[in-house]
Amino acid sequence: MARMKFVCDSERCIECNGCVTACKNENEVPWGVNRRRVVTLNDGLPGEKSISVACMHCSDAPCMAVCPVQCFYRTEEGVVLHDKDVCIGCGYCSYACPFGAPQFPSQGTFGARGKMDKCTFCAGGPEANGSEAEFEKYGRNRLAEGKLPACAEMCSTKALLAGDGDVVADIFRTRVVQRGTGAEVWGWGTAYGSQQAGTPTTGGTK
Amino acid sequence: MKRAVATLVVLASGAMLLAACTEKPQTNAEGVKHDAVPWSGTGTQANTGTAFTAPGWKVGDKTAWEQQIKVRSNGQNEYIREN
Repeated sequence: MARMKFVCDSERCIECNGCVTACKNENEVPWGVNRRRVVTLNDGLPGEKSISVACMHCSDAPCMAVCPVQCFYRTEEGVVLHDKDVCIGCGYCSYACPFGAPQFPSQGTFGARGKMDKCTFCAGGPEANGSEAEFEKYGRNRLAEGKLPACAEMCSTKALLAGDGDVVADIFRTRVVQRGTGAEVWGWGTAYGSQQAGTPTTGGTK
Repeated sequence: MKRAVATLVVLASGAMLLAACTEKPQTNAEGVKHDAVPWSGTGTQANTGTAFTAPGWKVGDKTAWEQQIKVRSNGQNEYIREN
């Protein structure tokens, strides 16, 4: 079974924001909401690095753990989705998420915070696949069309990789071996677990 | 006449103000819904596709969908594409 994952190769990201635009266009995300954004560290300095950040669809998603109304669920493919009909827009998920993925549109009555919106890995949501209701609430369902998320498929330098975890990890590994540098995968450990994040180390002190 | 116009203006502004109070129903009779599997396609009928469905796989076939996603994922690898 395919387990969907994102990898962003900071050695390749050129901060073009093509992924952000592709996502907004594909899903018709409302004004003020960015499901994906590009973060640049040491901007303007030699060795600056950019990464494209959105929901990483964590293996052990903190948003899912803190949600008081249990509106989250994980699909068989490892995509973390939520039901907007159940979400109360409390914002707990926003505090819990290490990637700042949950977004809250301010289009409610008198500017009230709306229901949470986030990256769906272009997998739509809990409405009939490809239906108008699904598009209106969650955006396009590209996975059901046999496609990958628009952000990754539009990435001109292929810095952002999306798809089956095994395949994208292989692609990244090949690159690192070929160029001999840039093995750090930003957010991978936090989202999918590794020795660096989440796993207890032996012999360490508090 | 003036009074009628004033009444109309008051009614119209009242209607405009109240329009901000309308909201879609937010009942949750069904609880958390779950999604259909992605290999069931996006057509109006189950296991059918649309004009937007990527060619090269049979809608409704889980193995075909997984293979399609694998092929599509590998399409991101220039080392395969170029060699």
